[in-house]
Amino acid sequence: MSKLKLATVWLDGCSGCHMSFLDMDERLLELAELVDVVYSPLVDAKEFPAGVDIALVEGAVSSADDEKKIRKVRAHSKMLVAMGDCAVTGNVPSMRNPIGPEAILNRAYMENASAQQQIPCVVVPKLLKVVRPVHELVTVDVFLPGCPPSAATFHTVLMALVNGEPLDIPALTRFGA
Amino acid sequence: MSKTITIDPVTRLEGHGKITIQLNAQGEVEDAHFHVTQVRGFERFAEGRLFYEMPSLMARICGICPVAHLIASAKACEAIMAVRIPPPARLLRRMLNLAQMIQSHALSFFYLSSPDLLLGMDSDPAVRNIFGVVAANPRLGRAGVALRRFGQHIIELLGSKRVHPGWVVPGGVTEPLTAARRDEILAMIPDAYANARLALDAYKQIAGRFQPEAEVFGNFPSHFMSLINEDGSIEFNRGALRLIDSAGKIIEDGMDAERFAEIIGEAVEPYSYTKFAYYKPLGYPQGCYRVGPLARLNIVTSMGTPEADKELAAFKQLSAGPVQSSFHYHHARLIEILYGIEKIERLLADPLILDKQVRAHAGVNCLEGAGQAEAPRGTLHHHYKVDENGKVTWVNLVIATGQNNHAMNQGVLQAAKHYVKDGQFTEGILNRVEAVVRTFDPCLSCSSHALGQMPLALTLVDAHGQVVDRMTRS
Ligand code: SF4
Repeated sequence: MSKLKLATVWLDGCSGCHMSFLDMDERLLELAELVDVVYSPLVDAKEFPAGVDIALVEGAVSSADDEKKIRKVRAHSKMLVAMGDCAVTGNVPSMRNPIGPEAILNRAYMENASAQQQIPCVVVPKLLKVVRPVHELVTVDVFLPGCPPSAATFHTVLMALVNGEPLDIPALTRFGA
Repeated sequence: MSKTITIDPVTRLEGHGKITIQLNAQGEVEDAHFHVTQVRGFERFAEGRLFYEMPSLMARICGICPVAHLIASAKACEAIMAVRIPPPARLLRRMLNLAQMIQSHALSFFYLSSPDLLLGMDSDPAVRNIFGVVAANPRLGRAGVALRRFGQHIIELLGSKRVHPGWVVPGGVTEPLTAARRDEILAMIPDAYANARLALDAYKQIAGRFQPEAEVFGNFPSHFMSLINEDGSIEFNRGALRLIDSAGKIIEDGMDAERFAEIIGEAVEPYSYTKFAYYKPLGYPQGCYRVGPLARLNIVTSMGTPEADKELAAFKQLSAGPVQSSFHYHHARLIEILYGIEKIERLLADPLILDKQVRAHAGVNCLEGAGQAEAPRGTLHHHYKVDENGKVTWVNLVIATGQNNHAMNQGVLQAAKHYVKDGQFTEGILNRVEAVVRTFDPCLSCSSHALGQMPLALTLVDAHGQVVDRMTRS
């Protein structure tokens, strides 16, 4: 059997979910015997490849770049896992929703700056008006709550997905875990 | 025709970034920028919440160095409460921060940068990653995984959770350390030493091969800033800030958190969501400085532990004054790992470490407070204002990556100018330009606490800013 292709994607999150993924430690090296990590902040692929079997997505969708990326990820992945509370509910990034991007940008780059006050706009992506969880934009196959889900949860879930076994996620994790 | 090379995303980086390199009609590099492409808004949405929620909210700025945010945030809250935390809590927080420094440095060195250093800057990008390192050199690769695990496991033993422990609170910590857990940490120490030694020895063997890179990887004079103790030893939690110039002369000293805003300003550039910190008396950009392991080792006169002190003495031999090449961040990081292990061992021997008095209680006694700490990648500053009920009315955060932002941009330009000739470049050349950024170990989720993300892209733009070519490496 050829190895499954695994991707990990980082949208608007704190990287804590990726850290928890790495917290599998030596088990991650064993997992790498079963799957190829084809796209991730950890490897050097610049383009999301075609034919990904499992895509783990951290973070909410908050910029134009995130939106483009999540659509591409969905189109190229058989199974999409919303990893962590930010991807599942919007969590921390969505705390800006009642305030809106203008006020956020003004505070950071106009009021809380002491030189060259301006709103960055060159090359950097535009912020969306509303931060949204992944499932509001694309279909999500597996929801994995937690802030972040523990390494043990990642390991159990990934082994089940790789082996095609059933999953009982509520038994493994919860929001804020 | 002039053009722009874009590296998008910059990979093996903690966050979302792009690099653009502008070439003129002759194909020479005119300018280059490192763009942080994420913004998050913590400074604004924290407003209206209660101050004692701040540590656990602010930890969510960054999953790599949540502990540094917990500590700087709790210290700002303690300034608002006007309390001194109990000495045992101070020891426990110190240990927590050292554990985080070790795990974060292990991530930076082994997972993100060792693929370049061990497999080569021009090696096959398909295997130029931690899995490739483990395949090529299982002993060293596994030592890196184990060192990261060592730091993360200590965080879990202290705070019950590896990422975002809720254990650090305004006033101290929630639970004392048990004897059983102390013994578990002690039992892990011999292995950690062996792994840190292995890494340092391996690094010293290969570092010479990278002399050409060291010449152009952000190699320029600059100011440096970090916390330091009064006796000149390294400090991550307490102490005060010192700023030195490129010759090593002290420019500012004894800067506590209250004075920070007077002395350090932040500028905005249109191309990045991360601001650019600078020393106000010199203005922007002349007052830009570097922070993090290189800055700390340039500033301190001792580590205060025997093995790390030997390594510091050897490090200082690299240059007559402060070490200027950002390439040496790697070396400094490994020395700090060794220091962290030695220091944790000493902290565990302190009789106060199991003391039950770990939390002070108080309400709002001041309407403003600031706190600072050394995060793995450099100085971190949290500053809050509250009303009489403890509701937050204003927040400012100055993060390590913002303080290195100017130097990262300068370093990217220096390397691009050196390597990209006649408009020609290879994948290996672009990887070197990215590797300059990796030396700083920037944390893009932190730096874009305002909004943010970091993969690298290279774009060629013409003199009018039109994109003429894109190099997204695949
Ligand atoms: S769910 Fe929690 S750990 Fe994961 S990205 Fe969001 S804030 Fe970070």
